[in-house]
Amino acid sequence: MKAARRRAPLLLLSLAPAGACGLLWAAAGEEAVRLKDAPGRDLTTGRCILCHSLEYIPSNAPAMNRAAWQKSIQKMKERFGAPITDEEAKQILDYLDGSYSGKS
Amino acid sequence: MVTRRELLLGTAGGWLLQRVRAGEAALSDAADTLTALAGKKPLIRRAFRPPNFETPLADLAAPFTRNDAFFVRYHLAVIPRVDPGTWRLQIAGASAQHPLTLSLRELRSGFEQVSVAAVNQCAGNRRGLFTPRVPGVQWGSGAMGNALWRGVRLRDVLHRAGVAPDALEVVFDGADSPILPATPDFLKSLPVERALDENTLIAFEMNGQPLPHWNGAPARLVVPGWVGTYWVKHLTAIRIEPKAFDGFWMKAAYRVPTGAFPGSRFTTQENAETTPVTELMVNSLITSHVSGARLRRGERAELAGQAWDGGAGIEGVEVSADRGQSWRDAALQRDLGRFAWRGFRFALDTSRAGPLEMAVRARSRGGAKQPDTLTPNPSGYHDNIVQSVSLEVG
Repeated sequence: MKAARRRAPLLLLSLAPAGACGLLWAAAGEEAVRLKDAPGRDLTTGRCILCHSLEYIPSNAPAMNRAAWQKSIQKMKERFGAPITDEEAKQILDYLDGSYSGKS
Repeated sequence: MVTRRELLLGTAGGWLLQRVRAGEAALSDAADTLTALAGKKPLIRRAFRPPNFETPLADLAAPFTRNDAFFVRYHLAVIPRVDPGTWRLQIAGASAQHPLTLSLRELRSGFEQVSVAAVNQCAGNRRGLFTPRVPGVQWGSGAMGNALWRGVRLRDVLHRAGVAPDALEVVFDGADSPILPATPDFLKSLPVERALDENTLIAFEMNGQPLPHWNGAPARLVVPGWVGTYWVKHLTAIRIEPKAFDGFWMKAAYRVPTGAFPGSRFTTQENAETTPVTELMVNSLITSHVSGARLRRGERAELAGQAWDGGAGIEGVEVSADRGQSWRDAALQRDLGRFAWRGFRFALDTSRAGPLEMAVRARSRGGAKQPDTLTPNPSGYHDNIVQSVSLEVG
């Protein structure tokens, strides 16, 4: 369906920290989901919540390692058009690998 | 891995999130992961947004899965509530001889209405049980359900639009869309033969009620025997095309290694390495017990569940109490049709105290049996291995 037909309401992120993006769709309740506190969390949060709630990250941790996260970030950038710079992608990778790589 | 407790600690810090629609969803008891979407009973929450909610095991025991318990699966987060009064379905494409647009009233009154009982199962159902683990929504066993779908034959609608002899695929679009314009919209295609199959429907009712919003209102595709990814929700446009559709959700997603699985082939989308995931594999689910359940010695107890396949129908369900050394037939319940699941029951022997490990294996009328080992594939599809539960009599 074309974007012109979208009807659900948009929200403005008025108090976004540095790195968080402006516009956001959110489902009620998802604000309860928080990522682990470590350097890169705010950037990762800000970029990822543009398109999806955050529990995709911890729930996938058991299937992920650094290479898998790299592939995932690349997919978000290249296939899904996530606005992430190369430098940000590196920081997000370090954060996700450090906090959510659970693959044995 | 973060525990649920960690996830729930506090509210979002550092950024502001407001509720889009108050009451759309609310966190339930923090002790579990059940959350109720509007119009749904609490379901197992795999993700808030895009919404992915799984049916609890207890709700899969009935012959037909309740509409308010039926699983919810989306790829894209912009999901408008479609007004059935203004909704239109467009049928066009390079191989459509007489493109047309239908209102819901025209769709309902202009074609013969038919019903089919069919399992709708996500291709990735049980992905969370894969070993080794694979990325994706970490579904348990409840990304599925069985319902009585009522609508009109897609075939009749396509014929009204005129299917040119060069038609190769039929492409489907729904009202859901991505947040970022650069994200590929969720469009799926079917081989023209499958689109023209008499069982493929444009459905507007589910179990005698209008489709729930979260299951595709006001009309969705129903492709009995094929995995849920083809069952496009909130249908808005259908295109009959003379060439293979090259969208992301066909060319790059929902694919399995070529030749790895039996079942219908989607040859116009196949290449040497990968091919679209298509038909459901023969499978079964124990709904009466989970591992760790305790039974009282001498008490009458039955193992029960569902068995299904991609449309050959279930011929039998066997049960083993000795780790697969010997198998005995379970009693089959009413036949709801070859695309539906078939209930099974088996009396448990509770005469001796001790562990009781019960395995269940379904076989289809096509001769397929559930395998003992998983066929590895990167996206974690088609987990239909023999399931067992460890019970304790005492």
